[in-house]
Amino acid sequence: MKKLVEMCVQRVALVFAVCVSTLNFSFAAGETLAVVQERGYVKCGVSQGLPGFSNPDDRGNWNGIDVDLCRAVAAAVFGSDENVKFTPLSAKERFTALQSGEVDLLARNTTWSMHRDTALGVDFTGVNYYDGQGFMVLAELGIKSALELDGASLCTNLGTTTELNAADYFRTNGMTYEIVAFEKADEAVSAYNAGRCDAYTTDQSALYAQRLKLTDPKAHIVLPEIISKEPLGPVVRQGDDQWGDIVQWSHHAMVNAEELGVSSANIEAMKTSKNPNIRRLLGLDGTFGDNMGIPNDWSYHIIRTVGNYAETFERNVGKDTPLGIARGVNALWKDGGLQYAPPIR
Amino acid sequence: MSRRDVVLQFLMLVLLGLGLSWLVSNVTGNLERQNIASGFGFLNERAGFGISQTLIEYTEDDTYQRVLIIGLLNTLLVSVIGIVLASVLGFVIGVARLSSNWLISKIAMVYIEIFRNVPLLLQIMFWYFGVLRNLPSPRRAIEIGDSAFLSNRGIVLPGFTMLEGAGWYVAALAISLTAWFVMRRRAHKKFLTTGTPQSYWRVLALGAGTMFAIAYAMAGFPFAADVPALRGFNFRGGVNIIPEFAALLLALSLYTAAFISEIVRSGIVSVGQGQREAAAALGLSNNTTLRLVIIPQAMRVIIPPLTSQYLNLTKNSSLAVAIAYPDIVSVFAGTTLTQIGQAVEIIFITMMVYLSLSLLTSWAMNSYNKRIALVGQNA
Repeated sequence: MKKLVEMCVQRVALVFAVCVSTLNFSFAAGETLAVVQERGYVKCGVSQGLPGFSNPDDRGNWNGIDVDLCRAVAAAVFGSDENVKFTPLSAKERFTALQSGEVDLLARNTTWSMHRDTALGVDFTGVNYYDGQGFMVLAELGIKSALELDGASLCTNLGTTTELNAADYFRTNGMTYEIVAFEKADEAVSAYNAGRCDAYTTDQSALYAQRLKLTDPKAHIVLPEIISKEPLGPVVRQGDDQWGDIVQWSHHAMVNAEELGVSSANIEAMKTSKNPNIRRLLGLDGTFGDNMGIPNDWSYHIIRTVGNYAETFERNVGKDTPLGIARGVNALWKDGGLQYAPPIR
Repeated sequence: MSRRDVVLQFLMLVLLGLGLSWLVSNVTGNLERQNIASGFGFLNERAGFGISQTLIEYTEDDTYQRVLIIGLLNTLLVSVIGIVLASVLGFVIGVARLSSNWLISKIAMVYIEIFRNVPLLLQIMFWYFGVLRNLPSPRRAIEIGDSAFLSNRGIVLPGFTMLEGAGWYVAALAISLTAWFVMRRRAHKKFLTTGTPQSYWRVLALGAGTMFAIAYAMAGFPFAADVPALRGFNFRGGVNIIPEFAALLLALSLYTAAFISEIVRSGIVSVGQGQREAAAALGLSNNTTLRLVIIPQAMRVIIPPLTSQYLNLTKNSSLAVAIAYPDIVSVFAGTTLTQIGQAVEIIFITMMVYLSLSLLTSWAMNSYNKRIALVGQNA
């Protein structure tokens, strides 16, 4: 009897899912690219506004390191970084939007974790920013370390790895805490600003970004501890390897360009380079674009319109931006960082 | 039913069944093709995240099933208290709206128009952020009495913990309450047959007193006061009412009360002027007229739309997610959904929970409606 009820419940559940399924054209290999090309633009899922990563400016133009990745994919497919539309998604909505085909890829400061990679029907194609979770507190509290946060209230975003990491960290260190999880980052920051919480916790890069939204940014400090690994990267639907390759190599092209010294400033001059690595990168030799079903000068257009990885990093989150984040672990591997792209050959 | 009708209806049923099974196979097929996990096995996995308000014991080691129950209880808590508050406030304002006092009636009107016409989400945000911003930090908390504190972390009230032997007191309370119900019923029955009002208070007080005396004799005083004290960042001990709960409850009650007051007004107005005059002619006092003549007849008009308001309040409580109140949508259809990623199953369970709550409320209200309708016709 119990089994029967369970079976019935399961059946009915699936019926309700029909709304989801009607959107699912079931994307097989190669289909995403065909759909994108026919549509004429890439649909990219981004955050609801995170300075440095994906944030609309006062004229409604999106910019940020994640937005640049979307533009790079558009440039690879269409030769122009304009052929892209952005869909702001909450942390809660993001995977469903991708699964159901509402967006072609997510570039939404999303942490690559095993559960997400294996159980959600999605694939992570790389890491465009290595991050870790941190805490922000009022400077006047005089706290120097996250280990002094015993009994604190924490504001954070609902449905993120952050909630789990905080729970693990406080339990491991035998501390109590109260978690207050908001659906939108803006509300979490407002509540922290209003004094509802002692600390705001999220990825450290986002702490620096959200600090800019506070009434008095200078009154708040980011604690030194990083309590988790948060490799942030673009996500695509599982099962369409061709599209996954295009997204993956759009990022690799930017990292390889930085390594080879090719930037949006010198790309025209580089066209005459004799260096075979550069010639392959610019699509002058080989059929790398063809193999992915897109034009051979795909990476040339990425670098021409968006620039190499260093350019997008410095433009959006780097030292001269309000965020002022150093390259740190996001430096190239040969400079002691973790950014390492497989060779184009 | 003719034979043709039976055949037609049977065919419809078969078609419906075929349609449903097609939908089911379509969804399972799509989920499988996309490599998305399915099934309800996740309910037994470890949740691993914290929740700010739990009515029952909860740690990060508990399962998602427990999270579901905690979310449900939090939804029920805010809905039930909200319904009670909204009803009381709605009745008072509905009556005030009909008052012959110009000022009172206009104040009631302004209240109704403001709260009915501003979107609920904005009201929730207003109460949450508007009030939160103006409250002091725990260190500068406002003291209420000796051991209650108001700060931007909520209101902490002193509580008590039950020690060994408290069961005697619980039993005494349960017996007294049961006795009260039984005696009230019997007294009412006797009043209906004999016509003389029955008093049972003295017997009840004596009985209850004896019960508690026995409990005291058996267990002494098995309670310990739990007074909140500021330690580190927050108050510890006592009972904490979090600001998310307070803001949500306030917004839901004030908003729904505006609608209920209009329903109450329409109910009272619907009772004919002749009823009032007849009651006066019989020599009933104003108070008795309202209690025995007007309200019972008004209730028949009030109850059905009131039920919808109760259902609305319960469903509107899902806006909690905007201000981090850990209701079922927040902890289950929110955090659990993103950790597990099985949108179909989780949204289905959540929908079923709301559906059951609504059906239960409707059922309760309909039975009440039937009862008062019958009483009205017999009298």
